[in-house]
Amino acid sequence: MPKISKDFILTGRRMLPSGSCLMTFVTADGSELPEIAPGQFVEIKIDDVPSAMLRRPISVCDVRYGTELILFVKPLGQGTHHLVSMPEGKKVNIVVPLGHGFTVGDCKGQRCLLAGGGVGAAPLVYLTRALKQAGATVAVVLGGRSASDVEGVNSLYEAADAVVVSTDDGSAGSKGVVTLNPIFNGQWDRIYCCGPTPMMKAVARIARDKSTWCEVSLENHMACGLGACLCCVEHTDDHGNVCVCTEGPVFNIKRLESWMEK
Amino acid sequence: MDGKINLSVDLGAGLKLANPVLTASGTFGFGHEYSDFIDLNRLGGFIVKGTTLEPRQGNPSPRMAETPSGMINAVGLQNKGVDYFIENIYPTLTDFDSEVIVNVSGAKLDDYVAVAEKLSPLDKIHAIEVNISCPNVKAGGMAFGTTTAGASEVTSAIRKAWPRHLMVKLSPNVTDITEIALAVEGAGADSVSLINTLLAMDIDVERRRPRISTITGGLSGPCVRPIAVRMVWQVAKKVGIPVVGLGGICNADDALQFIMAGATAVQIGTANFIDPTTTIKVIDGLEDYCRRHNISDINELKGII
Repeated sequence: MPKISKDFILTGRRMLPSGSCLMTFVTADGSELPEIAPGQFVEIKIDDVPSAMLRRPISVCDVRYGTELILFVKPLGQGTHHLVSMPEGKKVNIVVPLGHGFTVGDCKGQRCLLAGGGVGAAPLVYLTRALKQAGATVAVVLGGRSASDVEGVNSLYEAADAVVVSTDDGSAGSKGVVTLNPIFNGQWDRIYCCGPTPMMKAVARIARDKSTWCEVSLENHMACGLGACLCCVEHTDDHGNVCVCTEGPVFNIKRLESWMEK
Repeated sequence: MDGKINLSVDLGAGLKLANPVLTASGTFGFGHEYSDFIDLNRLGGFIVKGTTLEPRQGNPSPRMAETPSGMINAVGLQNKGVDYFIENIYPTLTDFDSEVIVNVSGAKLDDYVAVAEKLSPLDKIHAIEVNISCPNVKAGGMAFGTTTAGASEVTSAIRKAWPRHLMVKLSPNVTDITEIALAVEGAGADSVSLINTLLAMDIDVERRRPRISTITGGLSGPCVRPIAVRMVWQVAKKVGIPVVGLGGICNADDALQFIMAGATAVQIGTANFIDPTTTIKVIDGLEDYCRRHNISDINELKGII
């Protein structure tokens, strides 16, 4: 699928209790979006912020009607703060679609567990719909520090067969980290994971120990997003250092034995 | 101005470009990474990423830190080696109208020479750019580029092994870059390109750690441009061979600064990461500038300062 660099218009924004913002973009020229796979990401150019020279990589939360690109952005630095405070109608340049997404393939009847943490869970929204459409059974487990991290997020997963929550302080759902959620005791054919690195490593180790197929989405620091600068590399067991932006961000954990132990 | 504007430039020793815009090594992969966004045939040429004798895994992560109007990188010349390039990459690069220039790096003298020898039968490669200025490899690299003796020695050795255009990329991390430029000219270089990245450092004060794994790395981006323009101006005044200018070029005005300072051609580097269509915008912008200022040949602007 060819990549494009295009101007988009922000047409909708919704702040969630966690401080993250759900943002909807459409192309400025009214054209349809290119084909985008769940787990792929975009690079947004932040104008007017000298400290944010490089584009910001943001994973695709959802794609609607072939025209609406939905991103879930957490303000972490000056670039993303500027992004979430943009008014509707603002124009931004976006490079899309980037990277190698989650495997959906032939998943009819497969039992899929999607584990997400915080804002990192965003791509699981689109993945849930894609897996359901392909005939899989989908359960989602979302983790956060407290209730406000997951408030308003559950509803994004309306396509899932089940959504459960874990919070560190027990203010919503099960108390404790995601991997302590009883849902992990179930039988799963596939586990998909997206979130903070320690959480992904913990989920990956569980999957490995149970010999369950598992994919994780890495978030290494990036510059170009195109495989040119070689800044975002991760060590894989089969091919050494590879670009997360082009070979990933989604990897099967079979390739990441050393990452899991790091 | 209605007539056709000449953007073509001649870097000598058989290296003619349809326009002065090249891409900087390490910022443009092997070209294909950008083919969804631009027509690679429109470039004056592209300089593919640094190639070494043996494959290199590069430095550990993190390799990059963003700084005000710039970035520090410490990739460490990750590449699959010259044999892989010859077998797998070169055949994909032979059909372009643009010149394809291979950037050559090494840890020791013999490595540079061996890479140049292996590349010499590839007749579509009309030029190599020798990197004697990489700040991110422990041995060699910048060590050659920071003394006149070292720069002269490596240039002479490669000159014997490489029959076509020889461009040498200079380090700005020296007291007087003109001395190094004169040394490589004396040793047989056909052109010099400058500047490579500036040795730099950034610290995360909350975590009390350097932001990149190698502690220091190479600074690039718009923040280095005024330094680069100054160095190109100084070097162009001293040497007789063509100068290729680079350092923070983001648009046609930036490129024109280098040309007016004495550069025959320019390279676009970090800006490729920000806008993958920068190169084409610069080419179009140069033509537009010439049209607005009634200039029929871009070479008229070279070294006017």
